[in-house]
Amino acid sequence: MLARNSGKMATSMNVQRETVTGEAGRERAQLRRRLQLRRLRDRVVESVLLLSGLVAVFVTAAIVYILVSESLPFFAQVPLREFLTDTMWTPMFDDARFGILPLVAGTLVTTGVALCLAIPCGTVIALYLSEFASHRLRETVKPILELLGAVPTVVYGYFALQMVTPFLQRFIPGLPGFNMLSPGLVIGIMIIPYVASVSEDAMRAVPNTMREGSYAMGATRLQTAVRVVMPGALSGIAAAYILGISRAVGETMVVAVAAGLQPNLTWNPLESAATITAFIVQVSLGDLPHDSIGYQSIFAAGLVLMLTTLVFNIAGFLLTRRFREVY
Amino acid sequence: MAATSELVGARLRRDVRQRQFFDRLFVLVGMAILFAALLTLAILFLDLVRQGAPRFGWDFLTSFPSRKAVQAGILSAWVGTSLVMLVTVAVAMPLGVAAAIYLEEYAAKNWLTAIIEINVTNLAGVPSIIYGLLALGLFVYQFSLGQSIVSAGLTLALLILPIVVVATREALRAVPRAIREAAFALGATKWEVTAHHVLPYSTGGILTGLIIGLSRAIGETAPIITIGALAFIAFLPTPPLGQEFPYVNFTWLSDPFTVMPIQMFNWVSRPDPAFQMNAAAAGAILLGLTLLMNGVAIYVRYRYRKKINW
Repeated sequence: MLARNSGKMATSMNVQRETVTGEAGRERAQLRRRLQLRRLRDRVVESVLLLSGLVAVFVTAAIVYILVSESLPFFAQVPLREFLTDTMWTPMFDDARFGILPLVAGTLVTTGVALCLAIPCGTVIALYLSEFASHRLRETVKPILELLGAVPTVVYGYFALQMVTPFLQRFIPGLPGFNMLSPGLVIGIMIIPYVASVSEDAMRAVPNTMREGSYAMGATRLQTAVRVVMPGALSGIAAAYILGISRAVGETMVVAVAAGLQPNLTWNPLESAATITAFIVQVSLGDLPHDSIGYQSIFAAGLVLMLTTLVFNIAGFLLTRRFREVY
Repeated sequence: MAATSELVGARLRRDVRQRQFFDRLFVLVGMAILFAALLTLAILFLDLVRQGAPRFGWDFLTSFPSRKAVQAGILSAWVGTSLVMLVTVAVAMPLGVAAAIYLEEYAAKNWLTAIIEINVTNLAGVPSIIYGLLALGLFVYQFSLGQSIVSAGLTLALLILPIVVVATREALRAVPRAIREAAFALGATKWEVTAHHVLPYSTGGILTGLIIGLSRAIGETAPIITIGALAFIAFLPTPPLGQEFPYVNFTWLSDPFTVMPIQMFNWVSRPDPAFQMNAAAAGAILLGLTLLMNGVAIYVRYRYRKKINW
């Protein structure tokens, strides 16, 4: 590769030398034309590249446009007040009620369970990998750990339904086959790598002089890790948690498979309940006509989901930018 | 006096011992949690293989879904997955790489660049089911592409776009400035520098990102369900390669389809244990594919990193 490239450079150099010696005017004109062509090509390429970059902006705009425009007919029929305060969500019944609260509660409970597992485990793994593990162990283990986040979510759904729930039923008698505890725990396992890897990055960004100062005062590695490194990396660790929350809130298949599809306003993780995402899946599986209120309701639910994750993502983005700028 | 200092010394020693004990305890706890997490992955995979073992075989790969669990297979599912991935790669690779080149090599530090960057970061965090709703509203109804392979492929391409962009940017950033400056000094234009020098050096990183993106796309279920893919497809799409002129056709793009995760989801949601066995077998294949792709990505990254000596 390199040989070919340097060959190209060499020829362009020869061409230039000829112009400098100034042989024929014809040759010079030809060269100028070729240079203009190259510059033109460069400008065309640059605009194509810019357009590709703008695709990201178009996609975001399209998401917002679709969610808003498709849920407008829904909000024309359902007052916002009812949507936010009613305690029943039964859009497919004859006596349809449109209170988003049961779905929000289901989402919050599964997310809460997931965080109870992922935050302690992820933080300990990050501390261990960043402050205690050898370079070799860290480089070997990190890619394997990331695999936990790469497992297809429907496979995690099977795992929750067929392995984790029966296992939990041995300890919690009377646990129903569909419950929020088991998918919550599985989502927790799924987001451990996100939490661990972002917090580890933040911890590694803490300068070594701070650690050395702490060791010089006689602190052990654990004391240094907890009292010097963690406070130093606080905004990054917070960002890791927030990104984890955003993942857990948007997770769909695990809850659709293992938490049941019945909206249920409860804070008890041992019960079965639908989340916002599970409801969207449930409606999509049926064959609702395009203009029915049930169809429009999934866009309203999607809008709530999008706004929730957007808030978390922006907070996470600002926090990570902060920890990268401090040192 | 001597007694007091001895007392202080003993307390100090005890204190140090205690702190060192906690230090070692934390190492044990950290290792335990780390290996518990890794063990979970192993258990998950092995259990899927064990549960699905009776269904593995040629018949499973060459049969259509069926009402009878023992006759059902994943033929239409894996064919559908392959064709959808084809569309996804064809769209996500050029778009993602081009966007990354723009951001890394061309973009000036201005508000437009900032907006693009914020959007890429935000898209990476948008839940996959939202992409499904976007595709349902935009591709299926507004563009009238229907519940087809091309709709699904485009949806997954948008979904993995941020992954490809971020990976490509990292790969481009790793190429030292000196290489660019050497090429500029010899009169190369910006695009010549990028295409002839920077891109060849970043192939490894770009490939890694693309494979990881695809491994994510191959297992995505929610957005495909949202656009309304059916699980019961007992026929194959039109073959893309034909016997007669012009040999290649694109009618398959608008054919109805199913993919492996949808097929698995359909089986998981049936109470019959025989179908659960099918689900486990499909899951083992799906997970195996994902792990394989990630393994290849790690290997490619490792190989390229080793080969290049700046």
